[in-house]
Amino acid sequence: MASATITSPPTPLINKKDAGLSAFSSQASFSVRKSQKRACKKIVSVMAPQQSERRPATTGSVKTGMTMTEKIFAKASEKSQLSPGENVWVNVDVLMTHDVCGPPAIGIFKREFGENAKVWDREKLVIIPDHYIFTTDERANRNVGILRDFCNEQNIKYFYDIQDLGNFKANPDYKGVCHVALAQEGHCRPGEVLLGTDSHTCTAGAFGQFATGIGNTDAGFVLGTGKLLLKVPPTLRFVMDGEMPDYLLAKDLILQIIGEISVAGATYKSMEFVGTTVESLTMEERMTLCNMVVEAGGKNGVVPADSTTYKYLEDKTSVPYEPVYSDEQARFLSEYRFDISKLEPLVAKPHSPDNRALARECKDVKIDRVYIGSCTGGKTEDFMAAAKVFLASGKKVKVPTFLVPATQKVWMDVYALPVPGSGGKTCAQIFEEAGCDTPASPSCGACLGGPKDTYARMNEPQVCVSTTNRNFPGRMGHKEGQIYLASPYTAAASALTGYVTDPREFLQ
Amino acid sequence: MAASASIIPSNATATAKFRATSTAATTPLSPPSVLKFPSISPNYPSTKPLISHSALPHFQHKPLSAVTPPNASSTPPPTATASTFHGVCYVVGDNLDTDQIIPAEYLTLVPSNPEEYKKLGSYALIGLPSSYQTRFVEPGQFKSNYSIVIGGDNFGCGSSREHAPVALGAAGVAAVVAESYARIFFRNSVATGEIYPLESEGRLCEECRTGDVVTIEVADNKLINHTTGKENKLKPIGDAGPVIEAGGIFAYARKTGMIPA
Repeated sequence: MASATITSPPTPLINKKDAGLSAFSSQASFSVRKSQKRACKKIVSVMAPQQSERRPATTGSVKTGMTMTEKIFAKASEKSQLSPGENVWVNVDVLMTHDVCGPPAIGIFKREFGENAKVWDREKLVIIPDHYIFTTDERANRNVGILRDFCNEQNIKYFYDIQDLGNFKANPDYKGVCHVALAQEGHCRPGEVLLGTDSHTCTAGAFGQFATGIGNTDAGFVLGTGKLLLKVPPTLRFVMDGEMPDYLLAKDLILQIIGEISVAGATYKSMEFVGTTVESLTMEERMTLCNMVVEAGGKNGVVPADSTTYKYLEDKTSVPYEPVYSDEQARFLSEYRFDISKLEPLVAKPHSPDNRALARECKDVKIDRVYIGSCTGGKTEDFMAAAKVFLASGKKVKVPTFLVPATQKVWMDVYALPVPGSGGKTCAQIFEEAGCDTPASPSCGACLGGPKDTYARMNEPQVCVSTTNRNFPGRMGHKEGQIYLASPYTAAASALTGYVTDPREFLQ
Repeated sequence: MAASASIIPSNATATAKFRATSTAATTPLSPPSVLKFPSISPNYPSTKPLISHSALPHFQHKPLSAVTPPNASSTPPPTATASTFHGVCYVVGDNLDTDQIIPAEYLTLVPSNPEEYKKLGSYALIGLPSSYQTRFVEPGQFKSNYSIVIGGDNFGCGSSREHAPVALGAAGVAAVVAESYARIFFRNSVATGEIYPLESEGRLCEECRTGDVVTIEVADNKLINHTTGKENKLKPIGDAGPVIEAGGIFAYARKTGMIPA
């Protein structure tokens, strides 16, 4: 199937690990492992300052082309030139944390910088409770309280607080899922460095910035200094051309890629997405694409900023930004080309995001439930897509169908925006007519299971089609639960039949 | 009785609504392990000295250094002598993701709280499917009998949760030897100093079995399996060495002058 969709390059196959996949390496390999071996004689550390190394091209007279990610690193570390493998201290533009990792990061910050230490910049920290919110779990509730205390003490500008757990709408500041909130609130800007204590922070790469997930200790460090020591990643380029068929969504594209390169195919690497198809994607679709970069092991994903980006940002931020673009002569580790018009709707079967299969080949898989939500598949356009399928069918779902809008804004859109071709109906009306569950309070919800009383948590060994991002054992709760990752189209189609279903059953 | 399970050692002002109920009154506990790898003399750049672990066949002692709440007295970390790990190993497969290492429902535990750190350890690897017949931490225990974890490719993939290496460390794991690591997990291991992340040459996870007694000689880049009698090569720690040697990212940053000592 892969060979039908990928164009053959004129150069011979170099990337042997991906059998059947056309790829070529430009220039010498920038494999991280190779540079480690080469430099092993000296003490070259992943976190060493630059001064101790002699680099061949530092005369400044020879400037090599840089990729987008390299350029962002260069700007953030105040260097004119750098290459993959270098370790540099970068200035952080935005640090995000939430209710699960915020309290530990705060604990580390205070331990290391002192009880009375102040964060490096009260306007660059964005604190977004979103993971375990609508629960009676006392520790979870306590953790939101810890965030609140810290924000009060530090006078943090952006804290999207929630106090009334019984009615999310009664909390004007509360947003919901951090990665969607960051975008909606204008914290994502081209050319910047955004770090977050969550693996799906890579979502923000959709805005042409460097965005990646870090741990609590690293976050504690950033809280005090506004900097972090990072290794410049080499870039894999994914060129997607062709008109997007109307039964495909960005989720299918990224499942295609992860299935191609495996869950470790992009480890320590940047994934750059270009091509006419990418240019045709909306911001939310680009976010979905970049969101699952981490599922391939990727350090970050990037989509070059363009008019779609600027339009989206127009009413969201007044902070000036400076987009960067990969140079003509930039060196990429590998390049993969896809003819999108040949792709088909996909799923990732249990229990790995790279366990790719055609949705139509799984039509005999009986399912017990469908989940539509999360940073990956719970945005406004994801719900519009699901509604489109329900509308086309006109029938009712055959299995419990859980809907969890990512943020307050998404929830409101679900209840307010008319769905094209429906004669003015909203998503919410269509969902109700189709017999779905009522859209729930916005949060991360059951994407990662969570406390036992989390809405839609899988507490029994069931089969679920989900628009979320991971399907490792136990991900949504029960260890023996079987999760099929899919696009909102595929999820809705599956809900209507009670089996894993290709959305073309309803969309064509 | 509601005890305030405070994260911040002194003035946590959690409102009554959010006051957590501890299951036990706060008892003086060993503070969480932070620095496992104190700094070494710069005269020995090629060795990666670690805290020596006593050679008990079935339990790994892990020296704990003090987390210093501001007004508490601290015990200094043990000095580094040899660079050896010795203990019983637990073997897992490829793509051992962080949800299996520490399922999401336990992430409400905040590791900088000693009581919660200890609890986190009791849940280490509790997410493993039932195909793993041996439990990593016995029910009711806080620590594992296995101090070395041997894994395959892409160890620690999935979430960025730092609770993953911390849970392993809290359970008494001293080192992980995997074929390869996922980026964030590796980084978190180095930054926290909770576990020493080593890489094997080849499929150690197929050569060793849970329960084998092993010794790791870090300086010699080798793992000796006493149960099978085989020796396996390990990869040198490489780039992360100086950070681990310094004792994690904060110690390293202080050492290199990035933040004040």
